Amino acid sequence: MSDPIISIRKLRKVFRVGEVDIEALRGVDLDVPRGEFLSVVGPSGSGKSTLFHIVGGLTPPTSGTVLVGGEDLSKLGDEGRTRLRQKTVGFVFQKFNLLPTLTAGDNIEVARYIAGNRNGPDPEFLRILELLGITHRLNHKPNALSGGEQQRVAIARALVNRPAILLADEPTGNLDSENSAAVLGLLRGLNRRLGQTVLMITHNPEAAAYGDRIVRMQDGRIVA
Amino acid sequence: MIGKLVVENVRTRPVPTLLSILLIAVPVTLILILVGLSHGLVNDSQRRALGVGADILLRAPSSNLMSMSTATIPQELIPKLLTFPHVVAATGVVTQSAGGLLETVTGIDPAAFNRMSGGFEFVEGHTFQKPDDIILDRYYAEQKKVHAGGKIHLMNRDWNVAGIVEPGKLSHIFVQIGVLQDLFSTPGMVSQIYLKLDDSKNTDAVVADLKSKLPGYPVYSMRDLVSMTSVDALPVLSTFTHVIIGIGVLIAFVVVCLSMYMAVLQRTREIGILKAIGAPKIFILQMILAEALIMGFGGTVFGILLSYGTRALLHSLVPSSLPQAVVYIWWPISGGIALGAALLGALYPGFSAAQKDPIAALSYE
Ligand SMILES: Nc1ncnc2c1ncn2[C@@H]1O[C@H](COP(=O)(O)OP(=O)(O)O)[C@@H](O)[C@H]1O
Ligand SMILES: [Mg+2]
Repeated sequence: MSDPIISIRKLRKVFRVGEVDIEALRGVDLDVPRGEFLSVVGPSGSGKSTLFHIVGGLTPPTSGTVLVGGEDLSKLGDEGRTRLRQKTVGFVFQKFNLLPTLTAGDNIEVARYIAGNRNGPDPEFLRILELLGITHRLNHKPNALSGGEQQRVAIARALVNRPAILLADEPTGNLDSENSAAVLGLLRGLNRRLGQTVLMITHNPEAAAYGDRIVRMQDGRIVA
Repeated sequence: MIGKLVVENVRTRPVPTLLSILLIAVPVTLILILVGLSHGLVNDSQRRALGVGADILLRAPSSNLMSMSTATIPQELIPKLLTFPHVVAATGVVTQSAGGLLETVTGIDPAAFNRMSGGFEFVEGHTFQKPDDIILDRYYAEQKKVHAGGKIHLMNRDWNVAGIVEPGKLSHIFVQIGVLQDLFSTPGMVSQIYLKLDDSKNTDAVVADLKSKLPGYPVYSMRDLVSMTSVDALPVLSTFTHVIIGIGVLIAFVVVCLSMYMAVLQRTREIGILKAIGAPKIFILQMILAEALIMGFGGTVFGILLSYGTRALLHSLVPSSLPQAVVYIWWPISGGIALGAALLGALYPGFSAAQKDPIAALSYE
């Protein structure tokens, strides 16, 4: 087996709010092998989202090492994290977070454009679109799409630049059980067929069971 | 792609965008009106000065070019001037303000004036017959809505409109010189004397000759006079233009700053999304600046259209006194001012958007 795609040691993250320090992560160690579908569970406020934000380069770690694809995020500046978000990771959020003014297709295109990729869709990405079943909905604005459709567009957007890692923070939190099952099935399909590394936060034990492995967080640490 | 994003952003808030464009258009229009008036007034006065057909103008001692001179030159000087070499015609006029905006009544000796200028081209009526006859040019007659045979009240008395003539000969309003002299108790005095030469080539020599023989009298060649009445010779208007430009910059700056600041606040979440998918700071900044440029450009175009509106309005209301020229070179200048101010105004909102923390922006409701 090759080196893990993610390797985290003694990761701490402290938020300063006014005079108070909030320790969101208190020493996290985690290795994720390439191609794994990892579920992250744990109570609210246990630091799951913060962990994803650091791995995805939305915020720097306070201390510790975070290796993503061999690159140490604790040594990256703002520009380096921007590049990481363009090329190496893709985010899927609970609230879909599509740009409301653009069509579904343009939401995907804008991510491709920002990453500096002007070649248009590659055949593999067309396969992903097909797998997601949204090819016929690309000309619609997000408010004309159902929640399940919006989340599939968001997954397509996250994958358009073929990132090594897909980070999904409660991707089914706003979906009914039918759409949840569909989205979870899609994530597992992408993982199985394309070898896509997926990290998924969920509150739902059934959803967590879609993963190859489940880690549990509590009070800013991984407990199991 | 960034263009599409900007266009869609503009389309989602049409009212604030249109309001901003409207507000930016106002100073653009004001600048174009002022510049147009300056040029229009100068063109008009140059055309009328040249319409006299004279080569040289002699004014009263200690008079100044931009002020109205009272009649202080004895008209006995006129026959003496005719004895100068090369001088073939001379005519004195009396000018008197009629009180209104840029309204000057000119007293002429019709025979001498016609000899010099080639005579009026009458649209209606005829030349002077009685002392209280007055001749108006077409612009002024249209403005006052009078016709030949009608009456007009000027300088505290009623005048018979004897004739209406094509514009372009020295003044908009003419009466007989003797009448004006009596009215203002300056018998035998004129305000200025126009001279015509056998050949315009001799102008400089005759001007020099007159200056040496009539010390104290300002003598101008009409050619120099016309080039001196440039736009810059209207100091009040050009200062005013600068003030309006300053106010315009301020308006466009504040309008765009406020509008884009609100837009950035409204779109906090979208900015967070863009950052999450890897948009660099410069991308966000460009997006905001491009939107400001659209506002500045829209304001310029709308301002230019509005200036045509005011031109038509002025022309129908006061054709003789406020001619507004279309000065094309000021389109890019006023546009540059609007765009520059809009860009400056968008800098702060743009930078604050680019600096936003993506996590905080994403959790913004
Ligand atoms: N930007 C922030 N500023 C201050 N405190 C934060 C911030 N983000 C998260 N926290 C705090 O860090 C802790 C972990 O939050 P989070 O990672 O969102 O937990 P989870 O996703 O497991 O619910 C919480 O106590 C939360 O209040
Ligand atoms: Mg969370």
